[in-house]
Amino acid sequence: MAINDTTDIDDTTDVGDGSADGDDAGEIESRVGIRYTLKQVRHDTTARIGIYIVGFMTFVAAFAAVDYYLLDYAIAEAVWYNPETDPDRVERLLPPVGMENQFGQGVLEHPLGTDHRGRDLLGRVVYGTRVAMTVGFMATTIGLTGGTLIGAVSGYYGGWIDDVLQRATETVYAIPFLVLVIAFMTAFGRDLRFAMIGVGITAIPVFNRLIRSRVVSIREEDYIEAARAAGVKDRNIILRHVIPNSFAPVLVQATLQVGVSILIVAGLSFLGFGAQPPTPSWGQMLSVSRGYMLPAPTFSVFPGIAILITVIGFNILGDGLQDALDPRINN
Amino acid sequence: MSEPLLSVENLKTQFFTEDGTVRAVDGISFDVHEGEIVGLVGESGAGKSVATSSLLRLVESPGEIVGGEITFKGRTLFGLEEDANGELRPRDDMLSEEEMRREIRGREIAIIFQDPMESLNPVFTVGGQLREFIELNRDLSEKEAKREAIDMLREVGIPAPETRYDEYPHQFSGGMRQRVLIAMALACQPDLIIADEPTTALDVTVEGQILEMVKELQTKYDTSFIWVTHDMSVVAEICDRVNVMYLGEIIEHATVDDLFYDTKHPYTRALLDSMPRPDETVHELNPIEGVMPEAIDPPAGCRFHSRCPDAREVCREVHPEPRDLADEGEPTHRAACVKYDAFDVGYDESRPIEGDAAGGFGAGLTRTGGEE
Repeated sequence: MAINDTTDIDDTTDVGDGSADGDDAGEIESRVGIRYTLKQVRHDTTARIGIYIVGFMTFVAAFAAVDYYLLDYAIAEAVWYNPETDPDRVERLLPPVGMENQFGQGVLEHPLGTDHRGRDLLGRVVYGTRVAMTVGFMATTIGLTGGTLIGAVSGYYGGWIDDVLQRATETVYAIPFLVLVIAFMTAFGRDLRFAMIGVGITAIPVFNRLIRSRVVSIREEDYIEAARAAGVKDRNIILRHVIPNSFAPVLVQATLQVGVSILIVAGLSFLGFGAQPPTPSWGQMLSVSRGYMLPAPTFSVFPGIAILITVIGFNILGDGLQDALDPRINN
Repeated sequence: MSEPLLSVENLKTQFFTEDGTVRAVDGISFDVHEGEIVGLVGESGAGKSVATSSLLRLVESPGEIVGGEITFKGRTLFGLEEDANGELRPRDDMLSEEEMRREIRGREIAIIFQDPMESLNPVFTVGGQLREFIELNRDLSEKEAKREAIDMLREVGIPAPETRYDEYPHQFSGGMRQRVLIAMALACQPDLIIADEPTTALDVTVEGQILEMVKELQTKYDTSFIWVTHDMSVVAEICDRVNVMYLGEIIEHATVDDLFYDTKHPYTRALLDSMPRPDETVHELNPIEGVMPEAIDPPAGCRFHSRCPDAREVCREVHPEPRDLADEGEPTHRAACVKYDAFDVGYDESRPIEGDAAGGFGAGLTRTGGEE
């Protein structure tokens, strides 16, 4: 049959696409998908540090969340002190072990010292990770989902739909985000949940613009036209064809946005709009420690370092992802 | 012959741009019968692609179908009527956008696009995309659709279809991808496939293989094709009947044999002269002078007169509609050129247009482009 004849010819002209030579096919196979991207990221030393930091923080946060929600600090009490209600209230503002200040000598029981109410600082910094990571991820998810949908719909349809959606998000963009979030929380309540939602909303325009600019070029691709000609619904075209092809820069932005969100919410907590005491949160710890800056400077240093490391971790991971996803840098 | 599968009457598609109205498709009529391959030939910018996307009502803003009628298997894909105020509005029996999407696109009429490199979504596996199309248009379960997809891949000559099913488009060569696209078009068992220059991006050897395969599959499935191309040799290879387009109009329509051996329209003649033919030895090829004028401001009279070697004064004034010039009992052979007696507008007495062939080239250069 003629068909079989032609395939033989074609097969030999296809260089390296046959599954006949396993190594080659395997190599190409690995160049696609998330696994390949992660491999690329791991080759990059800086990005690898980012992965370790983010991984570690996520693990700590997950542990803290389990202990907080499911066990009511049972683990913390068993191995250390309850970070919210340490009964031992006498050792106020102790310095880290091996140091000395006007309140006394640092002791091994409280390696990083204690806060103004005598609670163990190490425990509070560790359990503060939960708030930071939750806020970072949730706010980013909200911004990512909202921004991606709005941007994709807007870029795909164009015309007046585009105009309306873009002007609306630009209006949100125009308001300083802290003002917006504080107004939002004043309206709905000083609750951490509203802080996340508020920060998420301020992130929507960022993702929206990013994905819209990609979608505008993707929608002109022939495979979109082909999908339309095959009778695929607009909704499925957007979700299955447009968004996945526009997603690489969004993924990078999302990683960076987690860090930004953590910073914003720490700032909000500092102003008294985030997590409320006694819940341990880095921003709120910083806020309180401000009053003890001279007698006990270490009180403010450790939550600050925790924020710094986390945000840097997300930033270098984002940079690494960007390099890994950029085909021009790929070797 | 029986009722045509698809019939297009006086179809007009225009683009409303800032510079004016581009009349990309300006009143074309043709039909496609069951099981035949109908060619649509012309230079770039003749309106071929716009014509095909009009058939599926996929023309995007600022383009719009402004007139004509498209009937497919007795259903009205497009049709207008005048309401009480004399305004044009869609006829009641015209299919809604939803019906077009659900019942016509992919299911009854499929398109194979020009560039196989761009017509597959790079982030999904080839098999996944093929399966999605089959699931969508044939109401099969995922498992059945997958089996069907693998069968189709085998049918279009992809070796080891089970393995290739899970590969991504970039792992396929151009010819292979075009086979996948053909598989996609055939998989939903449509009655009509529109092939929009499917072999233009391929080299000649692969083109030959694909044409061979299409011919075979066409015989097997008895699918009708509209084959859009600018390549006369492809036309000779594959088509049963041919429509030649120039500047939004069909200027000649004939069976393949008549078109090649009894060419009527000077434009078709010029197209054939500008390419080498195995059956004729010529000393030097004879290119068509000039460039196609813009469809935004088509020349008065016959649209080809600015480049036509046979042009006379009368061609500037009279706009010919295609007429059947075939002898009694012969298959239809329509052409739109006033030099034939059937038009009787005084061509023989008219003076030839002087120096226009040379002028046409310069004039064409300053106004290049088209509707694209």
